[in-house]
Amino acid sequence: MSGFTVPEIAWGPMVPVMVVLLTAVVGVLVEAFVPAAHRRTVQLTLTLAALAGSLVAVAALWSDTERTGGTDVLGGSLVVDGPTLVLQATIALLALLSTLVVADRVTGGEDAFAPAAAAVPGSDYEELARSRGLRQTEVFPLLLFATGGMMVFPATTDLLTLFVALEVLSLPLYLLSGMARRRRLLSQEASMKYFLLGAFVSAIMLFGIGLLYGYSGSLRFSDIAAATATPNGMEGLLVVGALMLLAGLFFKVGAVPFHMWTPDVYQGAPTPVTGFMAACTKVAAFGALLRVVYGMLPGMAWDLDVVLWVVAILTMVVGTVAALVQTDVKRLLAYSSIAHAGFVLTGVIALNDAGLTAVLFYLLAYSAATVGAFGLVSLVREQGTGEDGSPTLLGEATRLPQWAGLGRSHPVVAVTFTLFLLSFAGIPLTAGFVGKFAVFSAAVDGGAWQLALVGVLASAAAAFFYVRIVVLMFFTSPHDTADEAPTSTTVTAVAVDGPAPDGEDGTVAATSGVAVATAAPERATTTVAAGEGLTVVAVAVCAALTVLLGVAPSPVLDAIASVAALLP
Amino acid sequence: MSDFPWLSALVVLPLLGAVALWVLPTGARRHTRAVALGFALAQVALLVAAFSAFDTAAAATHQLVETYPWIPALGVSWALGVDGVGLALIAMSVVLVPLVVLAAWREQGSTDGPTDRLRHYLALVLLLEAFIVLVFAARDVFLFYVVFEAMLIPVYFMIGAFGGAQRRYAAVKFLLYSLAGGLVMLVGVITLYLQGPGGPEGFLTENLVGVGLDPTVEKWLFLSFFVAFAIKAPMFPVHTWLPDAAQQAPAGTSTLLVGVLDKVGTFGMLTLCLPLFPNASRWAAPVIIVLAVVSVLYGALLAIGQKDMMRLVAYTSVSHFGFIVLGIFAFTSTSIAGSSFYMVNHGLSTGGLFLLVGFLAARRGSQQISDFGGLQKVVPVMAGLFLVVGLSALSLPGLSTFVSEFLVIVGAFARHPGVALAATFGVVLAALYVLWLYQRVFTGPVRPELASTPDLGARERWVVGPLVVLMLVLGFLPGPALDLVRPPAHVSLEQVGVEDVTPTVSIATAGAEGSDQ
Repeated sequence: MSGFTVPEIAWGPMVPVMVVLLTAVVGVLVEAFVPAAHRRTVQLTLTLAALAGSLVAVAALWSDTERTGGTDVLGGSLVVDGPTLVLQATIALLALLSTLVVADRVTGGEDAFAPAAAAVPGSDYEELARSRGLRQTEVFPLLLFATGGMMVFPATTDLLTLFVALEVLSLPLYLLSGMARRRRLLSQEASMKYFLLGAFVSAIMLFGIGLLYGYSGSLRFSDIAAATATPNGMEGLLVVGALMLLAGLFFKVGAVPFHMWTPDVYQGAPTPVTGFMAACTKVAAFGALLRVVYGMLPGMAWDLDVVLWVVAILTMVVGTVAALVQTDVKRLLAYSSIAHAGFVLTGVIALNDAGLTAVLFYLLAYSAATVGAFGLVSLVREQGTGEDGSPTLLGEATRLPQWAGLGRSHPVVAVTFTLFLLSFAGIPLTAGFVGKFAVFSAAVDGGAWQLALVGVLASAAAAFFYVRIVVLMFFTSPHDTADEAPTSTTVTAVAVDGPAPDGEDGTVAATSGVAVATAAPERATTTVAAGEGLTVVAVAVCAALTVLLGVAPSPVLDAIASVAALLP
Repeated sequence: MSDFPWLSALVVLPLLGAVALWVLPTGARRHTRAVALGFALAQVALLVAAFSAFDTAAAATHQLVETYPWIPALGVSWALGVDGVGLALIAMSVVLVPLVVLAAWREQGSTDGPTDRLRHYLALVLLLEAFIVLVFAARDVFLFYVVFEAMLIPVYFMIGAFGGAQRRYAAVKFLLYSLAGGLVMLVGVITLYLQGPGGPEGFLTENLVGVGLDPTVEKWLFLSFFVAFAIKAPMFPVHTWLPDAAQQAPAGTSTLLVGVLDKVGTFGMLTLCLPLFPNASRWAAPVIIVLAVVSVLYGALLAIGQKDMMRLVAYTSVSHFGFIVLGIFAFTSTSIAGSSFYMVNHGLSTGGLFLLVGFLAARRGSQQISDFGGLQKVVPVMAGLFLVVGLSALSLPGLSTFVSEFLVIVGAFARHPGVALAATFGVVLAALYVLWLYQRVFTGPVRPELASTPDLGARERWVVGPLVVLMLVLGFLPGPALDLVRPPAHVSLEQVGVEDVTPTVSIATAGAEGSDQ
């Protein structure tokens, strides 16, 4: 034994990930050394450059991978093959778009994040931070760390790296969830829930990893797959370990029965972060799930089929049914994301090449619509009257009745949001339809036509709540809903904001609420914030993607299909 | 010029029109009506040109064929082509659109100048026209399905944003009904593809015909397609969305919805269900024929009992669609040709009725029959036109609808005499609902509040006039139109694999008889 051998590291294929993680480290240094006035510009530029660089790196690796099928890096801890590159590109692209939404500020330079997230809501310290005009710029490195973790997550074929990647992507998200500028308590509650449940699931997953190691004596997927081929009398370890591992992954994709955190966290987190989480985490987690199911567990497909089927059906049904009764846009989108996890699972279960391509395409289509939809949600605001009588932007108008008549007052926003909803609903000529078609046809091909049937019926039911929003935006005038809820909704909005009166915003809302209650039911309180245009760019790109992938999906489908082969 | 992509052009032109209307600069918005009508008429001209490229002698084969790869990875191609039936339906739709545009001129928005509302409405009409042409021309099952579903969206907005008081309910009911049917069909579409040869052109209809399906699979596939088409058509017992939609939608929307869109259902039965699932079609035919006859009688009975004119017309359509389905599943070349021709005539006749009822409702501000009476003396032109169009709904000889209904009944009689006899009662009931409606609205003493009702203006005469002319022309000279639909009927019959039964009256004499009376 000659002591320590220096491992051979192929740095090239790691560039997409390294760029992101190293820039994140630089971002932390920026926080320490760059004067506050310039931090935002520097951070934003760095983040965008890193994500764009990552995309370029993926593109540079593409043709090689297409030819060779991919390479092992770090002795097999990471695998850079076709699916990895597709997923990394998807994550980097959507993170880039999410960054634009995250960075956007409305008039007055107000972004979506609390100036001092550590402050107790409603405390003097918080008010001081507000009045000093502090700006939170640590979100950018946090975002990059999370993105880095997400890009490693689907690329790993080693249980320990899988776990590390999971933690790297999760920890920044726990933090980001708690940093909303408004509704601070709701946001901190979301963060806390997410953290506790996330930690719990991490522990379960780690236990599962331990059991799998005990069973096979290895942490490599391929070794475990090989071990499953030869019975050794310890199958109990294998089954329990695999189930625990899958539980962790199901938690991350938001599949029933591990979905409980989703609505609360999606609602409480700052909306730009919600969009980022909903899109990128799901992509990364499904990537990892694909690798585990295809790479590690095919030998025990018989045992796992039942579990996967039950989870997929439950996820589709529960997500759809629960979404039917939601009254908050963010919660509704959260439940719809659960239903979508179920649709993607049908593609995963197909266990064939068509299924792999379908899942990768579906993830791209779904995430583009998700980032766009949440981007728009972050722009639709309540409007109150300032002390001087001028209109002031308040928090987001996420309650559904507040969206009534948006089609009349802001047709472009409403039409774009409708486009995303139609894509979610899977109406033809949108990306969502092609995705759904691809996963269902893969499922039927893989012998799971019952799943496709459930999926189709769930889609029909899901159309109802997407259409409900469309009806609200286009066919309902704000006055109709004012009649339905005669008490001033602004007051209730304040009550929701209540636990965390946001300094002068709280009082502004309160005074305007009182004025409204006494004066007239006339209250044009829902408006669309202009922003700096960053969100608009992101939403426009998402809308273009949704249409392009719906009308001419061929290039992307072909590109994905040409590399859709997982390395062991 | 034979290689010119006529059908793609017919799809693209209205699409351009819709886009043009949406991006019309503020300064040019007063020309909204002219732009919309211009595009609609240009489309008619394009259609005439396409007609000249179509060889009627070979109406049984698909012509004006175009095939381009669209999504090869999924086996989807942009494959267009029409046989006689498809072309006839496209022609009917394209002719109806300018009339609908004209009819909407004053209905939507203010009377003096075009409004944004009108602009959006007309843009939706043109967008829908593009989808309509595409759906009748699609030779690719996936393409057909995509359009079948996508066209719901413009209609949904045309009902929900522009209709009457209960429009939201009606629009959502329409959308959910159609989506539910459509999504079940999606599973069928996927399964069918996987049973077929696959490959980059795996969705082409001709590649899917005769793939030798397992009998059980074939029956399930047939059902998944048929249910979607029956909802669309609409047949008893899945017709309940139609009266609500038609009642709440503006007259122009109802015209396109009932007159054209619902034909996609029967067109789909004829051009997809029969050739793709011949054995299952034969298997299901007895039940479908019973349902069709129930539709005929039930729709007519309900029509008699309606108080709202739009609902009444909607229920008459349920009855008429019963005839069409009966003709298709009676499996004789006469009845299938009759059904194909019926689809065209029904579009003209029902479209005319909806538009006229729309004019009436616009004058009175109500669609309730009880709000009218004695209009004959006040508005003679309208009363006359209403009578003619109404008589076409009861298939008066001399009008085109007579020819088609006669063919359906004669064709069906040759195979199922009892069924044809039962369906004939539908004709009697039709006389009842049409004439009773006319009597209540137009005859009797003039109601004082209606005494100053203006008669049809020039614009409105231009809307209804062409329809009446077409009905008369096709009624007296059905020959050319029948030449379009007869050869495809023989092909359909071969595909189903049923021996033709020759009725005692041949098609030629039926046409002649129609013109004699």
